[in-house]
Amino acid sequence: MLTLAILIPLLASLILAFVPIGEVASRWTATGAAALSLVALVIVWAGGGDGFRAVAEVPWIPTLGIAWRVGVDGMSLGLALMSALIFVAATAWPLKLHDARAYYAWMAFLAGVSIGLFVTLDLIVFYVFFDLSLVGMYFLIGRWGHGDAQHAALKFFVYTLAGSLLILIGIIVLALNMPTLTFDMRAMIDSPPLAAAGMVPGLVFLAFVIGFGIKTPVFPVHTWLPPAHVNAPGPASAILAGVLLKMGTYGLIRIPLQMMPDTFARWALPLAIVGVISILWGSIVAFAQDNLKRRIAYTSVNHMGYTVLGIAVAGSALGSETARQLAMTGAVVEMIAHGLITGALFLIAGAVWQRTGDYHLPNFGGLAGPAPRLTGAATLAAFASLGLPGLAGFVAELHIFLGAFGVYPWLAAIGLLGILITAALFLRMLRQMFFGDLPKERAGFTDLDRTETALLAGLLVLVVLIGVWPTWLLSLIDAASLIPAPGAGG
Amino acid sequence: MPIGDLAPELTVLLTAVAVLLLAMVLPQRRHGWCALLAAAGLALSMALAWAQADAHRLTFSGTFALDGATTWARFAIPGLTILCVGLAPRWFATDRRHGEFYAMLLFSTLGAMAMAGAADLMQLVMGVLLSSVTGYVLAAYHRDWAISLEAGMKYFLVGALANALLVIGVVFVMGMAGSTDYRDLAGAIPDNPVALAGLTLVLMGLFFKLGAVPAHTWVPDVAEGAPAPAAAFLTVIPKLAAAVALYRLVALTPETQALPLLVALVAAATMTVGNLCALWQDDVRRLVGWSSISQTGYALMAVAVAGAVPDALPALLAFMSVYGIANLLAFAAIVELRGRTAIADYRGLIRKHPGPAIALTLAFLSFVGIPPLAGFLGKFALFVATLEAGLAWLVVVAVANTILSLFYYLRVIGPAVFSRPEGAMATLGGTARATFWALFALLLATTFLWSPVWSALPRALLP
Repeated sequence: MLTLAILIPLLASLILAFVPIGEVASRWTATGAAALSLVALVIVWAGGGDGFRAVAEVPWIPTLGIAWRVGVDGMSLGLALMSALIFVAATAWPLKLHDARAYYAWMAFLAGVSIGLFVTLDLIVFYVFFDLSLVGMYFLIGRWGHGDAQHAALKFFVYTLAGSLLILIGIIVLALNMPTLTFDMRAMIDSPPLAAAGMVPGLVFLAFVIGFGIKTPVFPVHTWLPPAHVNAPGPASAILAGVLLKMGTYGLIRIPLQMMPDTFARWALPLAIVGVISILWGSIVAFAQDNLKRRIAYTSVNHMGYTVLGIAVAGSALGSETARQLAMTGAVVEMIAHGLITGALFLIAGAVWQRTGDYHLPNFGGLAGPAPRLTGAATLAAFASLGLPGLAGFVAELHIFLGAFGVYPWLAAIGLLGILITAALFLRMLRQMFFGDLPKERAGFTDLDRTETALLAGLLVLVVLIGVWPTWLLSLIDAASLIPAPGAGG
Repeated sequence: MPIGDLAPELTVLLTAVAVLLLAMVLPQRRHGWCALLAAAGLALSMALAWAQADAHRLTFSGTFALDGATTWARFAIPGLTILCVGLAPRWFATDRRHGEFYAMLLFSTLGAMAMAGAADLMQLVMGVLLSSVTGYVLAAYHRDWAISLEAGMKYFLVGALANALLVIGVVFVMGMAGSTDYRDLAGAIPDNPVALAGLTLVLMGLFFKLGAVPAHTWVPDVAEGAPAPAAAFLTVIPKLAAAVALYRLVALTPETQALPLLVALVAAATMTVGNLCALWQDDVRRLVGWSSISQTGYALMAVAVAGAVPDALPALLAFMSVYGIANLLAFAAIVELRGRTAIADYRGLIRKHPGPAIALTLAFLSFVGIPPLAGFLGKFALFVATLEAGLAWLVVVAVANTILSLFYYLRVIGPAVFSRPEGAMATLGGTARATFWALFALLLATTFLWSPVWSALPRALLP
């Protein structure tokens, strides 16, 4: 079933690449493929179960211990569901395009590899999907972006490939230190290799943190993000922020935290500090941006900072077990919530670009008059992003900070400042965009059409649902099973 | 001396002679038949190699090793040469000496096969010299085009020096160890400065063939100036043979620390120099040339850990096979575009000629090692072997270089895919196009064939 969820979009991408069909048909092919993936994942979800479920395995290169292994636990299922949903929204999003068929082919391709990354249980297949997501995004940004898109795409590809190669080194060293050469994630989680203290585990950990840190991104390796976002088309930005960034934090939990827990615990504090710096840096720099998309992009750095803080707390082996579980829950919920919220925000930004070709905030104002639906959606998403109680962001951040106060109280206190700044910057953004006088050149501004409204509503309903009644998500994630028992495997 | 043991090599030799004779009797416009004859001879050679695939012994008084590595070379070298032959007919259609080109190509192939199987230093010298002498001619084949002549001249000058050093090195080693036979040399080369200097000089000769630092300077000129089918041949076939020969040599001295270290340092220098020089190239053929130098650097990682880990030899052979296919594909795309070479001319290529544009993209991404292209599996095998042997610093250098290399590959891919096309571009067609598509399919198929091929590759060498 999980294999189907990967193959359907990839197949759709092949069809789109080779069969000459029209623009509308292409769009619906890609959307349909993503939707079918979503259905397959929902079926797995409905099947229930504990630990890794829906497992399937086909040998690929047995002599090297590489195989096509798929299976999900609560975290990866949650992320895969969220990804599929974002892809449905992003591909269905109406867009004026050149070479539409190729665009939707890349979108479907990206859907397949992103879902594949979350559901695979083999480190090499994980790496394959990790790199393919870079290739897909490179061509999407470079070909359909605006402004200095080629340069942004190049920077994105080179920067993140650097990260992924560091991860590859780490993966190989981990596998070589297993009793028999294997890239099976379950085997490594059950008996973590490289448990002893020393140079090698530290360096491998560093390779993973830098590699995933670039993708997440955390300060100071986040500089590829703003140009990539600003120049990408709106739906591609939504995928970049909503799905691709999660690969970094997902990897951080799956590999260093679960496969080398002792080393992680030794280095948790520096990682938490990096997280807090990202929180503050992201929010402060976002506050200073006059470009709508750049501002949202920097809030991604800020929000991924919360996630990294949560992960660091969860793996710290300090404080009470409850505190660590709270932090882990928060980190995973933050990933899903941020995916939905920022996905919505970037789609909104895409809608604004489609209508005006402009991102400069001071050029806007008073849009609440001509575009009430856009205003409503943007307001709701912004409030969710700044962590208003009753919305998804609040649930996530509450858990993270409750956990963090139990382990690193000072860091948590500093991190709280970030929420304050984020609130200010979003409120200012809303004021600049939607209130005040409508500038003359914006006179013909049209509101969201029916498709756009429906798609945004779909995402935002979930944001509200998670905010009001998060139990279903929390029980799906089951954070307790994600944190390795202290001292496991020595 | 069982003549049959060298049947594949002799087939190539006899075919070369036959092609030469055929070229003399046929009128120039029918010289395409020579290509067909050459390809048939190479295919026959592969079939004969198949019959000996399980052999594991020395032959011809211990001068030639019939083992897994030789078998690999007997498939890879003629196999990829057939594809080089396929690129040539239309390219040379108006050349007065069209038919002789294939004879020269076959003699060079023979030199490469002799080099790969050599189990004796004198045999090695013979193979290197045969491969080099014919190489100079192939590089300068367009003799009324200054750039082609310059390429041939540079190749010759660097080659003459490197081959002289090789011969001097052989003399040193023979003087110190008392033999040129690998059986006698294995583990018995005395650990003194003269013998070490001799080995280093022999290595220098092979570094020239491989296009490794410091004897690498011919590669970009040959890539740019030689006729594109010859450039494809010269940047791939001799390298395959030299990689095997080098591995055999380094494996002879398992207890010497200096030699693997030297190879590791050369590997690091080669990949770095190749990539740095490729960064701002505005000429696609020179860029591919420099990139092939950096690829040699990666391959040398496996030689640096020769004997230390069991998977070093298969990693080397697998990487070289994939490199050969991808490099030929890149050149095949260029041949199909009639040798067009300025990066600016490639703008918007995908809209005019999607085939070559996609092929170049795939070949380049395979060089970078983007999965699941076969280049990733080759690089992955190299990384595993090198990390297992504990040379983590070398892997870090390789990773840094890979990132660097992505930048210049994207300098070609980016404009080719993202920009608007300007002006028309002619293509070559004919067998060149057919060969191009065959290589395209081969590169894609390698990903799926990886598992059986990997388990079939040899782990052990003679003697």
